[in-house]
Order: sequence, then structure tokens, then C-alpha cells
Amino acid sequence: MKGQLILLPGRSAKQGVGLNKGKLKEEYIRVTTTLEVSFEDAAELGLETADIVKISNHIGETEVQVKVLREGKLPVGYAFIPYGPPSSNLFDGETCGTGMPASKGMTIDVEFIKKGVKKKTALPPKTAIG
Amino acid sequence: MSVASKDNKIINEKIVENATCTFCGCCCDDITLTVDMDKKVITKAKDACVLGKSWFLNHVIEDKPIARIDGKEVSLDEAIDEAAKILMEAKFPILYGMSDTICEAQRQCAPIMDDCGGTIDTTTSVCHGPSGMAFQGVGEPTMTLGEVKNRADFVMYWGGNPAEAHPRHFARYAVTPEGMYTPNGKDDRTVVIVDVRHTKTAGVADIFLQLKPGKDFELLWMLRAACKGVDIPNDCKDICGLDKEVVEDLFQRMKNCTYGVIFFGMGLTMSRGRHFNSGALMALATDLNEFTHFVAKPARGHGNVTGADNVVSWQTGYPFGVNFSRGHPRFNPGEFTTVDTLSRHEADAALIIASDPVANFPKPAIDHITSDKCKLISIDTKNTPTSEAAHVSIQTSTYGINTGGTVYRMDDVPISLRPAFDSPFPSDLEVLTKLRKKVNELSKKANRPYATKKYI
Repeated sequence: MKGQLILLPGRSAKQGVGLNKGKLKEEYIRVTTTLEVSFEDAAELGLETADIVKISNHIGETEVQVKVLREGKLPVGYAFIPYGPPSSNLFDGETCGTGMPASKGMTIDVEFIKKGVKKKTALPPKTAIG
Repeated sequence: MSVASKDNKIINEKIVENATCTFCGCCCDDITLTVDMDKKVITKAKDACVLGKSWFLNHVIEDKPIARIDGKEVSLDEAIDEAAKILMEAKFPILYGMSDTICEAQRQCAPIMDDCGGTIDTTTSVCHGPSGMAFQGVGEPTMTLGEVKNRADFVMYWGGNPAEAHPRHFARYAVTPEGMYTPNGKDDRTVVIVDVRHTKTAGVADIFLQLKPGKDFELLWMLRAACKGVDIPNDCKDICGLDKEVVEDLFQRMKNCTYGVIFFGMGLTMSRGRHFNSGALMALATDLNEFTHFVAKPARGHGNVTGADNVVSWQTGYPFGVNFSRGHPRFNPGEFTTVDTLSRHEADAALIIASDPVANFPKPAIDHITSDKCKLISIDTKNTPTSEAAHVSIQTSTYGINTGGTVYRMDDVPISLRPAFDSPFPSDLEVLTKLRKKVNELSKKANRPYATKKYI
């Protein structure tokens, strides 16, 4: 189970709350290692919420936990991850003369590593309920 | 003020009215803090958002040394001596960060880099740096958030997610507040969200436009062309993912509003096109002034990143990425910006103030800043990957909670802070003033030609 997606890192409220608690603490680490993928991509790649995957590109690689979103939340072919050390591992240092690395829209390889433990409160995507 | 708690214990409590939250660029200055002065913790932060609450309520005085060199506790003066020595001996020293400290502390930074012939850069370079470049190219059709609250009847968010990054932006400034000419709040406004993701922000939108990723410039240019009378192209859907009729309707709404505003985020500045995207958006806002009053403003992230831009601009003439190696300030993003100086392995000493590049920078830059080729000095309020990797690490008190001073809101309005309680740690201002003095002494001893320059 391997495929390619385009990564859109960004901010999230949970990430903001986590960094106030401490960047070396569990909450921040958990939030910044959660990769959100669309329902359609998850089905094609055979992924479920809580699965552990390796995401990589020509710069680096990191292991993250998958969160499958409901339909329409994310365009097909794209994945979202809150800013943090795991997403930084994939950023290129090239800034094209602007000082700003291209932090959104990088192609990444996604590879299934192992099944994760689902939280009891995790709901299945709307379409899976029927 | 002493009050009785639930279990009848007497608590030495203090109320701080109109405190300012400095977590994000909204700088909400209407927070009421309840402080337990015995435990030195904030127990309530009335009116703060989820981010503000976590900012205030998680603030604790940590039991850790003020200063460390290679992990060993030292005195503050020893740490400052070591930091000054490193900066003066370096061939290419850099200073980066400053967006989470007060303007008074930021003022000390340019002189430090001037004295050691270094490069000063703020977190703007990896935030709205491209917008800063675009300002210089096309100008900034600007306003204050007070104007938006009182006048704006068309509010657009482009490439940003304020529901999660600036949660009170809607309620305090742009969407729901009742203004002088918008007495019915949201009912008097049209709210449009343009984004590639259906974020929480999309929930407040009257119109949500899900754009094809990387096609911001194309849509902006179509709207600019429409301002000049050019039709929206028939293959609009193929170009940017939106139907022609939808874009035509959007343009009519923009043209016919009384006061329009676009807030834009890093969806524009961090994707392909960068400063061209920001420039196109501001040029569009300017063009729309042919029909109505229209303004645009970047939604800034850190509490005083706007202050950092302002302070560095009035000291050097440029907002970020400024080099002093020739004895006068030179601005060149891509050459003097921190990601570049680190990724190209040029910097051999880095003074990081209130920032965490080791967690947030691209991997090649992190590899260099944490290597033995670059001496890392960290001045920060919390333990971060950067402070942990630093050769010299100085812990300071937190602005807005432990120390007063001035910050700039995202619309360039200065706000005075009301601290809640003292901290045993020195302020950024105290540490940087001492460091500036020490670097200046060493610079004069070394007969550096610019060591006697006066700074305001």
C-alpha cells in the first residue's frame, strides 16, 4: 500500500493549544504527527484512521498517524498536516530568492507501515456509515 | 485582593482588566485575567479564545536555570559574555526571530547585528515575507481593524484559516461585531472564504469558494482583468476550479460593496508564486478602488511579528533579511533570509530570539543550525527544540504575562501590555540590552568602524 499525495502543511487550533502546553510534550507531538487524508484517497490507499504511515520525499521522511476526513473536507490527492518537526523534515531549503521555503504543495510518497490503535471516540467517515 | 476558595482557603487573588493576549496577531486587549498570586498562575482568562486560554492558563514559572552553556547552569552575565564572544568571533553571525517579544526588546537587535557585521531577520521571512516584498512592489491598500468593524460590508478571507489561527478575528473585528455602519453585524456583511481546504473557517462563510490548489494567482488575475473590463474566461473552471458564473458573481459583489476588505494568509505566501500571489491580491484591492473602497491586509500569526517588521523597518529601512557586513543595511530576501543563510551553510553563529527554527525550519536549515559548524544561542521563554539544542541558552520571562511593553496588532496599531505577575526570569529587554552593551564594547575594542553609530 503505497501512493503519492500532495502535502499542505498548515496551522490548527489543536497545534496552537499544544505548543502553549509545551513543544516537547505529548499533546503537541501527537497533533503534529497526524496526517489528514481525504476519504477517497484513504480508500484507494487502503488506509484507515490511526494507521501509521511513512511519508517521504527527496528531502527526508517521517512516520505519522493517519486521520481520514469526511468527504469534501480536503481535495482528492491532497493531505494536510499541522506545522511541526515532522512536516519540517520534508521542507526543501530552496526559497527561490524569497526567503520563504515552498511549504505547501510538495509531493510526498505515502507508505503503510502498521495498524494503529483507534481511539474509542473516533467516528467513521459519513459515507462509510451509509 | 484576598478571597476564599471553595474549600475555604484564603487565596491572594489579583484581577487584571483589559489584559492583552499576545498569542496571535489579533492582540485582543479585552481579556480579564484572574491570577493566583501565591501560586503565580493565571486561573481564569475571561473572553479569551481557545488559543488565548491555553496561552494564559498553561503559563507556569518553571523551575530551571536562567542561563545554561552546553546544558550546564551558569550566571546570566557568563552566558551573555559567551554569546557576545561568539557573535564577535563569527564570520557570518545571524539574528533571527523577535516576533514573540516586545518592541522595546526588538529595538536592541539591529544594533547588535550592526556592531558585529551580521544579518538580522525576523520570522516574517517564513510567514508574510513575500507579502512584505509585494508591499514594496505594488503598495499596500491598508486600514485598521476598527475601520473594518465599523464599515466593512464585504469581508473576504483568502488562503487562511482564522477560525483556528485567529479565533476572535470574526467576533471582534470582521464578521459578527455591530459597527457604526454595520449595525446588524453579520447580517450587514457578505463573508467570502477562498481556500483549497474546507476548513472550520468555511463554516462562517456566506460564500465558500474551493479553489484548485496553486491557482490563486490565476483567479486573482482574472478578477484584476475584470476590473479593466475583460470578461471572465469560459474555461474558468478548468483554470481554477470555479464556474465562470461564480467568479462573475464574486466580482459583482466586490465591485458593488460599500467597503470591501480581503484578509489573506499563508496559503498565498507559502505556495508557488509567493510574492506574486500577495502582490496580485493587493493590486486587485487597489484596482477595486476604481469602483468602491477596498483594502487588504495580511493576517499575521505571532503576537508581535508586526512590531518586529515595524521596528526593523524604522531602524534599517527594511523589514527583514537585512545584512550589515558592509557597514550599512542591505536588504535581499533569498540572500540574507535565515532559511537561505542556514541551508547554504553560511551562518556560523545564530542568535535566536523567541523563536524555534529547529522545530519549524526546512530540514537542510535544521541540519546546519544544529551542527557544530554553527554556534547556536537561544533566548526564549520556554523549552523548545531550539533552546535544547543551543550552546548558550537563556530563559526569559513572558511578554504580556510577566512583562509589559508595546506590541503591534496585525493592523499596525500599537498596544501597551498589562502584565499579570512577576517572573524570576529576566525580561528579553534586560537580556538584550546587556548583550547589546557587551557586543558594543567588544566591537569598539576590535576597532570596528561602525561601533559608535547611534540608534534610536
